[in-house]
Amino acid sequence: MEELDVEPALTLVPGVAPGRGRLHFQWGPGEMLVCEAAFPGAGHGEKGPGCPYIHVLRKDQDIHLHTLRKLFNESHGIFVGLQRSDEELSGKSKKAQLVGVSKNYRSVIRACMEDMHQMAISTRDPALHNQYSTQVSILSAMELIWNLCEILFVEVAPAGHLLLHLLDWVRLHVCDVDNMVREVLSSENPSKHELFWNVVDIFVLQGRMEDARHLLSKEATANPTSKGMCKILDDLMKKMPVLGLGNTQTLTEMELKWQHWHEECQRYLQDGTFASNPHMESICKILLGDENAILEKKELMTTWYHFLVTHLLYSHPAVKPVELRFYAQSSLDQFLGGENSPEPLDTILMAAFEFEIHQVIKECSIALSNWWFVAHLTDLLDHCKLLQSHNLYFGSNMREFLLLEYASGLFSHHSLWQLGVDYFDHCSEYGRVYLELHIERIPLTTEQKALKVLRICEQRQMHEQVRSICKIMAMKALRNNRLGSALSWSIRAKDAAFATLISDRFLKDYCERGSFSDLDLIDNLGPSMLLSDRLTFLGKYREFHRLYGEKRFSEAAKLLLMLMTAHIAPCSFWMTLLTDALPLLEQKEVIFSAEQTYELMRCLEDLTAGKLDNQKLQDDDIETTKVEMLRLAFARNLARAIVKEGTLEGS
Amino acid sequence: MFVARSIAADHRDLIHDVSFDFHGRRMATCSSDQSVKVWDKSENGDWHCTASWKTHSGSVWRVTWAHPEFGQVLASCSFDRTAAVWEEIVGESNDKLRGQSHWVKRTTLVDSRTSVTDVKFAPKHMGLMLATCSADGVVRIYEAPDVMNLSQWSLQHEISCKLSCSCISWNPSSSRAHSPMIAVGSDDNSPNILAKVQIYEYNENTRKYAKAEALMTVTDPVHDIAFAPNLGRSFHILAVATKDVRIFTLKPLRKELTSSGGLTKFEIHIVAQFDNHNSQVWRVSWNITGTVLASSGDDGCVRLWKANYMDNWKCTGILKGNGSPVNGSSQQGIFNASLGSANTSFQNSLNGSFAGRKQS
Repeated sequence: MEELDVEPALTLVPGVAPGRGRLHFQWGPGEMLVCEAAFPGAGHGEKGPGCPYIHVLRKDQDIHLHTLRKLFNESHGIFVGLQRSDEELSGKSKKAQLVGVSKNYRSVIRACMEDMHQMAISTRDPALHNQYSTQVSILSAMELIWNLCEILFVEVAPAGHLLLHLLDWVRLHVCDVDNMVREVLSSENPSKHELFWNVVDIFVLQGRMEDARHLLSKEATANPTSKGMCKILDDLMKKMPVLGLGNTQTLTEMELKWQHWHEECQRYLQDGTFASNPHMESICKILLGDENAILEKKELMTTWYHFLVTHLLYSHPAVKPVELRFYAQSSLDQFLGGENSPEPLDTILMAAFEFEIHQVIKECSIALSNWWFVAHLTDLLDHCKLLQSHNLYFGSNMREFLLLEYASGLFSHHSLWQLGVDYFDHCSEYGRVYLELHIERIPLTTEQKALKVLRICEQRQMHEQVRSICKIMAMKALRNNRLGSALSWSIRAKDAAFATLISDRFLKDYCERGSFSDLDLIDNLGPSMLLSDRLTFLGKYREFHRLYGEKRFSEAAKLLLMLMTAHIAPCSFWMTLLTDALPLLEQKEVIFSAEQTYELMRCLEDLTAGKLDNQKLQDDDIETTKVEMLRLAFARNLARAIVKEGTLEGS
Repeated sequence: MFVARSIAADHRDLIHDVSFDFHGRRMATCSSDQSVKVWDKSENGDWHCTASWKTHSGSVWRVTWAHPEFGQVLASCSFDRTAAVWEEIVGESNDKLRGQSHWVKRTTLVDSRTSVTDVKFAPKHMGLMLATCSADGVVRIYEAPDVMNLSQWSLQHEISCKLSCSCISWNPSSSRAHSPMIAVGSDDNSPNILAKVQIYEYNENTRKYAKAEALMTVTDPVHDIAFAPNLGRSFHILAVATKDVRIFTLKPLRKELTSSGGLTKFEIHIVAQFDNHNSQVWRVSWNITGTVLASSGDDGCVRLWKANYMDNWKCTGILKGNGSPVNGSSQQGIFNASLGSANTSFQNSLNGSFAGRKQS
C-alpha cells in the first residue's frame, strides 16, 4: 500500500508477444480489462497470421470459486450483525461481544477450509487438487493470523493469561502431532515405539503435562530401571505451577511458586539425576527453558512461533504483551539460524507480536490476493477502537478504503453483488456514491434481476438510478415491441415523455389493427394514468371501449364526448373518435342527447375547419366520405333526439 | 491477479479501438479493414461475434457505445472524414436463433474536411449528444433532439482548437455545480510549444463552449485523454497519455463574480507523472469508480495505477505478453490461474498438510 515499494504484480498474458508493439484496452464494469494486440506497422513486413486476438481479462478469480462463496456469504452476516449491534454495549461485555464476533469469523474460515479440503481429496484432476490445496493453505494461514490478532488486539490478554492463549494458539495450529500420537498410543508397546520419545517431547513442548505424564507412566511400567527417574520427572511435571484461567491466585504468587519450582528442576539436573537417560535429561533441560535444548527439537516444532511460545512457557510464563516483541524477534532469528530469510507469513506474525497493527494489515494486503481478509479484520479492529487511537489520522479511512475495495470486487459477480450492497451501506463517506456507480452497471438480464436492483435503489432513495434503470428496461422492451412492458417500466420511471411516446404507439397500433394489445395493463392503470396526458387518454379510451362492450351506451357516449371536449384526446385522434361514435348513433334507441349531438357536430366542424383547403384536396375520398357520413349521422340523431326529448313520457 | 480468455478477432487488419458497452456484456471492435464487429457475451462467459459490417471507406479509428437509456447505439469515426451513428435493429427470429443481429446506419456526419480521429458520446444527463474531433483541429458537437429519431442530428457547436486533434473526453460529472466540460488532446508534432491539452467549458450565458484552460505543461503530442468518474468530489481528475502518463487535478475556483454563468477558473495540479513505459503512452482508461487507471504504451505493456488512501499514486500491476502462442481452442479457458504471488511461500511457512487437524 503506501510507503512500501513493492514490485507491482506482473501478469503474463498468453498469446501476446512481448514488446511487439502497443496493446489497446479498455476497462469494463466487471473489472474486466480487454487487452488486444495491434501489430506494429506494415514496415515490419509481416502481417502475422493476419488475425489479431482479443484477450478478456478478469480480476479476482477467487470470487468464482464455489466454496469461497460460502465464506463471503457467512462473513457478510457476521459483518452486518457487528455494524448493527455496535451501539448497545460497552466495557467488559463489549469486549466479550467482539471476541465472540472474532471467533465467529474464524469458525467460518475453518468451515470453508474443511469444505475446500474435502474437495481437494475428492477430485481426480491433479491441477484442481493443487488449486484446492493451495486455497486450504491460504485459508489456514489466514486463520492463524486472525487468531493471533484476536489474542493480542481483541482479547487483549494480560500477562499470565497471554501465555495461556498463545499456548492454545500453538496447539491448535500444529498438525502432524495427532497422527504421530495416535500411532504411538495405538501400538502394542508404546514405550518401545521409535517415535515414543518424540511424542513425549511434543507434549512437553506444548505444555501438555497430563499427556506427557501418562506416557511416562507407560515407560515406567515397561522399563523398571528407569522407574525412579520417571517418578521424579513425573513429579516435576505435576508440580509445575500454571496460571489457570479460573484460578484465584495472583500473578505474583504464581511467579514466586514458579521460581521455586524452577530451582528444584535445576537441582535435579545438576545432581545428574537424569544423566543415564538422555531423553529425560533433555526434557528436564526443556523444563528449565534451556534455549539450545528446545532448539534441538526444531523438527518437532516446525515453526519459530512454536519455539517462541515454548521458550516463553519455560522461561517467562508471566510475559507481558509489551515484552513479546523482543522474544519474538530473537526466537525468529534463532530458529531461522541465518539460513533462511523470513517469509511473508513470518513478517506478518512478527508485526503482530510487535503490536504494529497497521503493518499487519499492510503486509496482509500485499500477501493475499483478495481483500476479504484485510477488510473484515480491519473493520473488527476498528470496532475495537484500535485504529482511531493510533497516531496516524487515516484510521477510519483505511477501514473504509478496504471495505470499498472488497465490496467493489463482489460486484463483478452475478449474485454476490447483493452482499456488496450492505458493505457500501456501512461506509459513511464514499459508500453511497460507490453503490450508485456500481449498481447501475449490473447487467439487467432478467426482469427479476431488474426488480431486485430497483428495490435496493428505492430503499435508499436513489432516484436517478431508479429512473435510469426503468428507462433502460423500457427502451429494451420498446425495441422488442413489447409495448405493455415498456409502458409499465416508463410508469415506474415516472417518465412522462416516454409514456406519451408509448401511448402513441398503442394508439397507432389500434388504428392499424383495430384492437389493443396488453389490455390488462391498460385497464389497471389506476392513478398512474395521470403521468401523461396521452396516457390518460389511452386509459380513458380503453374504458370507452369497455363500456361499449358492456353495452353501457350512455356512459360510453358521455365519456367519448368528454374526451374531445375536455381536450384529453389529441386532435389527430378526433376523427377516429368521431368514427367510433357512429355505432352509437346507429343504435335503435337514441343515446346521444340533442345537446350532446350539437357538441359532436361542433367537434366535427372544428376538426374540418382546422384543415386547410389544399390539404382537403389531397385527402382521400375516404376522408371526405367519412365526413359526409358523420354529418348525416349527426343530423339524423339530432332529429331523433329532439323528437324524443320533446315527447312527453307516457303516463 | 488476472485471468485471461482469448478470442480470435477475425479482423483482416489492425484493430484500432475496442470498447465495452455500459454493462460489460457487449463489445465492439473497429479496424483498418474498415469494418466494425460487435461481440456479445453469452451466459457461460463466451464471446460470440453477432455482427460484422463495413462501416466506412477508410480505417475506422474509434468506436463507442451510447448509454443504454438510448437503446443499442454505436458511433464510429474514420479516416474517410466521416463519423457515423448506428442502431441495432431487432431482427427476425431466425436471425436471433443464429445469433446474428443487424445494425443500420442512422446518420453520417460529414462536416469534417479531414480524418475524424475520435468520437465520444456526452454523459447521459446531457441528452443524446456526441462530440467528434478531427485532424483539422475542429471539435464538433452534435445533438439528436428526439431520442426516438436517430437520423436527425444537428451540429450545435464547432470549436476551433488551432491544433490537430487526436482525442477528446467528456467530463462525466452530472453535478449541477459543474458545467459541461470537454478536454481535447492534440498530437501536433510541430516544434511550437503550445499546450497540447485544452479544456473547453459550456458557458450558460453565451450558450457556447469557450476555452477554460490549457495545460501548459503538456507540450508533447497527446495520444489519449480521459476524465475520471466523479465520486462526488468538487474537483476533476484528468489522465493524459503522452510521452508519459500524467494525472492532473483541476479544482474549480470561484467563478468570475462579474457574471454568473461565466467561465470557471481552475487550479491545476499534476498529481502523478510516470515514465515507466519508457516509450510513448497510447491509451489511458479509468475503471468505473475512477480508482484505478490503466495505461498502455509502445513497450507492449499495460500498467495499472492506483491511489492509496493517502492519495499517493503507485503502479499496482503490469500486464505484458509472455510470448506463448494462443491455444487453438481459444475460448476453452486459457486460465492463467495465479492466485497471488505469496501462495507458495504461505505453503512453505505453514506446517504441512491439513490431515489430522485439530478441531477447536
